[in-house]
Amino acid sequence: MLDFRLKSLEIFRRKAMPGWGADLSGIDFDKIVYYLRPQDRRGRKWTDLPADIKRTFDRLGVPAAERQFLGGVGAQYDSEVVYHNLRQDLEKRGVVFLDMDSGLREHEEIVGKHFGKVIPPYDNKFAALNSAVWSGGSFVYVPKGVKVKVPLQAYFRINAKNMGQFERTLIIADEGAQVHYVEGCTAPIYSTDALHSAVVELIAMPGAKIRYTTIQNWSNDVYNLVTKRAHAYKNSAVEWVDGNLGSKITMKYPSIFLKGRGARGDILSIAFAGRGQHQDAGGKILHLAPETTSTIVSKSISKDGGRATYRGQLLVAKGATNVKSNVRCDALLFDEKSRTDTYPNIEIKEKSATIGHEATVGKIGEDQIFYLMSRGISREDAISMIIMGFIEPFTKELPMEYAVELNRLIKLEMEGSVG
Amino acid sequence: MAKTGFSLEIKGLHVSVESKEILTGLDLSVRQGEAHAIMGPNGSGKSTLANTILGHPKYEVTDGRIIFGGKDVSKLETDERAKAGLFLAMQYPTEIPGVTFSGFLRSAMNSVQGRTEKRGDLLSVVEFRDIVEEKLKVLKMDSGFLERYLNEGFSGGEKKRAEVLQMMLLAPKIAVLDETDSGLDIDSLKIVALAVKRMSGPSFGSLVITHYHRILRYLAPDHVHVMLGGRIVRSGGPALARTLEAKGYGWLRERGGPRRK
Repeated sequence: MLDFRLKSLEIFRRKAMPGWGADLSGIDFDKIVYYLRPQDRRGRKWTDLPADIKRTFDRLGVPAAERQFLGGVGAQYDSEVVYHNLRQDLEKRGVVFLDMDSGLREHEEIVGKHFGKVIPPYDNKFAALNSAVWSGGSFVYVPKGVKVKVPLQAYFRINAKNMGQFERTLIIADEGAQVHYVEGCTAPIYSTDALHSAVVELIAMPGAKIRYTTIQNWSNDVYNLVTKRAHAYKNSAVEWVDGNLGSKITMKYPSIFLKGRGARGDILSIAFAGRGQHQDAGGKILHLAPETTSTIVSKSISKDGGRATYRGQLLVAKGATNVKSNVRCDALLFDEKSRTDTYPNIEIKEKSATIGHEATVGKIGEDQIFYLMSRGISREDAISMIIMGFIEPFTKELPMEYAVELNRLIKLEMEGSVG
Repeated sequence: MAKTGFSLEIKGLHVSVESKEILTGLDLSVRQGEAHAIMGPNGSGKSTLANTILGHPKYEVTDGRIIFGGKDVSKLETDERAKAGLFLAMQYPTEIPGVTFSGFLRSAMNSVQGRTEKRGDLLSVVEFRDIVEEKLKVLKMDSGFLERYLNEGFSGGEKKRAEVLQMMLLAPKIAVLDETDSGLDIDSLKIVALAVKRMSGPSFGSLVITHYHRILRYLAPDHVHVMLGGRIVRSGGPALARTLEAKGYGWLRERGGPRRK
């Protein structure tokens, strides 16, 4: 591992900053603290948190113990017990669900074989940085034929390593296995770290199914630059469900390499860009085998001068016959100051492919607001309702408690934005 | 004679859309317990009147007053007017993707009835279902309707029924129905008309805007008004509707009805 880290660091130093996406000139690599010992992190007190973060926790109704954790105070809370039971049940079935460091120690043969294979350090500058300095993240292995019914939530796996700024997650679903992994939560994640650069690697073996759900709401000064990629083998299915709120700049394009015949890939994402924020997100699907199918659905909302960019790549490689793919991106603009752009990149090398692409940009219609208000609903509630409707294709895929939280959060975002 | 109940009094109303004057001094009075109909050709300003009563931002009141229950509501926000007891069944109900009809209805009922999360008196799903199911039956609507997105993919007739359903659930003091009859086949028309009729009583006033005489056969309004060039040019009883059906509007124009420039 040390060797891997050192090589990665070398690659990081050599690689240029990506010049094609959001403006990253504000990152000062010399000012970043690359590793904090858990005991140092725990030193932070609830009272040290900024008032607006505490207020938001209050409004969201996040329980006190959980808030402390979310605020980076690092306290334990009651779900530790829940998690303990869950873990016992999983262990019986051979499922491994550990933090990455423990995973590396306890399952060296599997980790060693797959770590950094889906996303090698030379993939991009930030993947290299992560490879060099990673700490925290999750390791999940689901054995052949095992279907995990309960979503695995990083949220439960409480320890200070959980929210590292350079998380590294590896999930392997063996043949015919199924797993749903959920990370993040809608409460704002307060962090003094200016840069978060995670790497997430998924491997879906033949017939396996992985869904990876993210909802993140970083505080507004964070650069959130994440590399997420999946390899999907024969007849497997991978789904990225990705919600991006908060942060200063997010660059994130979950990708799926469909490597085996009949594999399916779905990417469903929403981005919410408010004042001073740039959400540069999208998805990437590479059809590398015949009869593979995919969908990308991207929804973005820009308000108060925020900017949402959809950046997508769809490739149908030579030899990947009878591919079906559908891409849809919808943008909702709140005001004249806000901005949305779409950069779809489609490359098709097989004539048998069936590709659909649709993009819309809309504003919240005065007629829609009037309609709802004429039924006694306030302007603020009307607007939240329209927005919730707009992202409903996303929300309905979330576990219930996340959908409820997201609802509340959107309402909160709307407060004060309506005159 | 002292009259009781709420009334909607419109006095000298001038309304412009994008600086073009559409209503040119309209007077009208509708009281709870009364059924009114407004007829008039295309472009006479009927829909402008309907939307202005509820305060659509596109319609600018340049002069005159809209008094409801003794208060001038012409400066109030649309939701305040709805909560005060006004309702508009829209001619072209807007589609709102992703918002379920049931979720929307429950929010609307909670708002209009002044129920709040804070007070803890929001309608429960069960209470709501019971109330809605009963009304759905009256309108011969399937309850699967409730899980669809608001007006999205509704047929013309379904949209109109959905409007009437909302009216029944929100129980306004005075409802404006903007061409609720157009686009309906005769069976749907009967169902909708009977539903409106069922609401009539001392606490419900209606103002039905229509092109066609046929819905009036079912609704039998007490008052019929003719609108031309942005104002009411003639008011009368049921006989007036029959005259209009026979003779059209031409004779009213020739008799010096105001015209738009």
